[in-house]
Amino acid sequence: MPSEYKLILKHADQPGYTPDIECYLKHGGYEVLKKALAMQPLDLPDGKRKSPQEQLRDEVMKSGLRGRGGAGFSCGLKWSFVDRRSGKPIYLICNADESEPGTFKDRQIIHKDPHQLIEGMILSCFANDVKLAYIYIRGEMPQGAKLLNKALAEARAKNLLGKNILGSGYDLEIHVHRGAGAYICGEETGLIESLEGKRPYPRIKPPYFPAVLGLYMCPTIVNNVETLCNVKHIVAMGGAEFAKLGTPNNTGTRIVSLSGHVKRPGYYEIEVGKVTIGELINDPNFGGGLRDGRKLKAVIPGGSSAKVLKAGEKFKLKRKVDGKDVEQEVDMLDLPYDFDSLLQAGTMSGSSAIIVMDDSVDIVEALANISEFYAHESCGQCTPCREGSLWMSKALHRLTHGEGRKTDADYLEKIANNIPGGRTICAFGEACSWPVQSFVAKFKDEFVAKGAADEAKRAQNGVASNSAAAKRRETVAAH
Amino acid sequence: MSFSVPAKLETEIDELITHYPVKRSASLMVLHALQEHFGWISQAAVEWTAKKLGLQPINVYELVTFYPMFRQQPVGKYQIKVCRTLSCALGGSYALHKHFCDKLGLDAHKHGVQTTKDGRFSVEFVECLASCGTAPVIMINEDFYEGVSRAKAEEIVSQCK
Ligand SMILES: Cc1cc2nc3c(=O)[nH]c(=O)nc-3n(C[C@H](O)[C@H](O)[C@H](O)COP(=O)(O)O)c2cc1C
Ligand code: SF4
Ligand code: FES
Repeated sequence: MPSEYKLILKHADQPGYTPDIECYLKHGGYEVLKKALAMQPLDLPDGKRKSPQEQLRDEVMKSGLRGRGGAGFSCGLKWSFVDRRSGKPIYLICNADESEPGTFKDRQIIHKDPHQLIEGMILSCFANDVKLAYIYIRGEMPQGAKLLNKALAEARAKNLLGKNILGSGYDLEIHVHRGAGAYICGEETGLIESLEGKRPYPRIKPPYFPAVLGLYMCPTIVNNVETLCNVKHIVAMGGAEFAKLGTPNNTGTRIVSLSGHVKRPGYYEIEVGKVTIGELINDPNFGGGLRDGRKLKAVIPGGSSAKVLKAGEKFKLKRKVDGKDVEQEVDMLDLPYDFDSLLQAGTMSGSSAIIVMDDSVDIVEALANISEFYAHESCGQCTPCREGSLWMSKALHRLTHGEGRKTDADYLEKIANNIPGGRTICAFGEACSWPVQSFVAKFKDEFVAKGAADEAKRAQNGVASNSAAAKRRETVAAH
Repeated sequence: MSFSVPAKLETEIDELITHYPVKRSASLMVLHALQEHFGWISQAAVEWTAKKLGLQPINVYELVTFYPMFRQQPVGKYQIKVCRTLSCALGGSYALHKHFCDKLGLDAHKHGVQTTKDGRFSVEFVECLASCGTAPVIMINEDFYEGVSRAKAEEIVSQCK
């Protein structure tokens, strides 16, 4: 039977485990850091020397760790892009903005095991010669910010932070920076602008790749909370050993946030790719199945930006069986929960947040809810995103308020198809289009039927309803 | 009306500014500190912040108008934020929001934050609060409540004195 594999959350939910430093130390905390700070340069056969920092970065590369924030980009590769010759300081920022709808995993780490994050950060900073780092935490987590500040103060008091850490000669300071309620601050360049004290308008790439021109136009690493925690375990067990967890190219564990219509919503840490979406939803170790008497309708597999999966959908997956590449048809429930399988299914594991919808859900309403989020959160810099996200939300509003039209489905598709694909500065353009494209394509008859029913009702009621509709439209416009 | 920042708060703010190599970076943290103390960000607070950080008032004002958490007018003593986004909506957050509004004499269909006449309560919808597994969730000021049933809502409100 598939079960959880607790690496990051090993201690978090144990009875009596507390977020203070004494408890963390009792459980072997900061031992990995001590080991890393004591590392010696390695003499290579060709006479060159490899610094401890390079050795640590090699381990992260070998581990195959992919970013847990959303894009799933190789952490080792990201670090290798950092401009180390500019002579400018290198900054590291922990992305604790956790705002992708459906996601609640970083919250668990911050609230229950903040020192694990801090140890992961110190190791990552040491490996990249970073002397100043920030934790950018979303504004709506005031308790989390307090806990982190307390944990940082505890670490400083024990000389695990500050000047000459544990006599190693290495200096590092970490500060907590609070956001103020804007989703776009999770996008790394928007986050950087926000940390510079500006509106969080994402920067255009090129040229503003954080690894070269990040915070204060200096090389900057932005990593998710969970990614940075993983670094601690990579250093502890070695990159090769870490890579044995999970599946090839999808190494390690992931904390899956499961919400919506399951009996046991919650966060579950699994080896990547060792558990399927169906098991996560139905297995008694995980979601425990749908509510009684209900059938599955749809699953959003990677946070609200991910393309929806329809119950019963089939996909052709390329897999390796006995060393040979074969193509297999699998049901959406049998998709292994990892980065690559979901990409092959035309969607993504994103922030590893699964939202389950049963047959009680009005799919048009569900999309209207998501689109309202994006219309509210677009930063407004790019016309296709600013206008498009609002138009989509308005069309969905009328479809869910008795004002729909038969042609609304096509209209929605047309707008959604004209936002992504290099027309916008950041990936929010894709993020707001993907749900619309996939919901409308996969449930088109429901969108059309809703619009048609509204039209029929209007035709039947004639003038009376038209004037009532006009009145309603006015109130909608006033909003 | 004169605007004055108590010495203790100013010391705290001065310390926050030392966290950054560039003063402007402290803007959000300074605004949070001021809002925590005064309850909202007035024009005078904007000007004070700008002066403190060596900025033009517009540099601070454009933050207050962009970031949803900053208030440009006073709000209730108890600020009820109901998560509106999908997982919470599936868990009944719209009915919960309406329940709060009805109970407090506010209009559930109005957009944005609404405050009761006596200034005690504000109610608003906010976007995903990163606790979707325990939907529906709400925040009241800095406190967080999960799996809020109607009965639990009643109990929470009755404790707000
Ligand atoms: C619109 C948008 C919102 C994002 N929100 C978050 C977020 O809340 N948390 C996060 O870690 N990454 C978020 N990301 C991804 C970040 O831009 C960035 O890729 C990530 O923090 C890198 O860390 P990782 O490589 O460790 O995953 C977001 C991206 C986009 C386009
Ligand atoms: S794509 Fe949207 S969110 Fe991203 S920069 Fe453009 S307007 Fe802003
Ligand atoms: S949807 Fe309400 S907390 Fe995420």
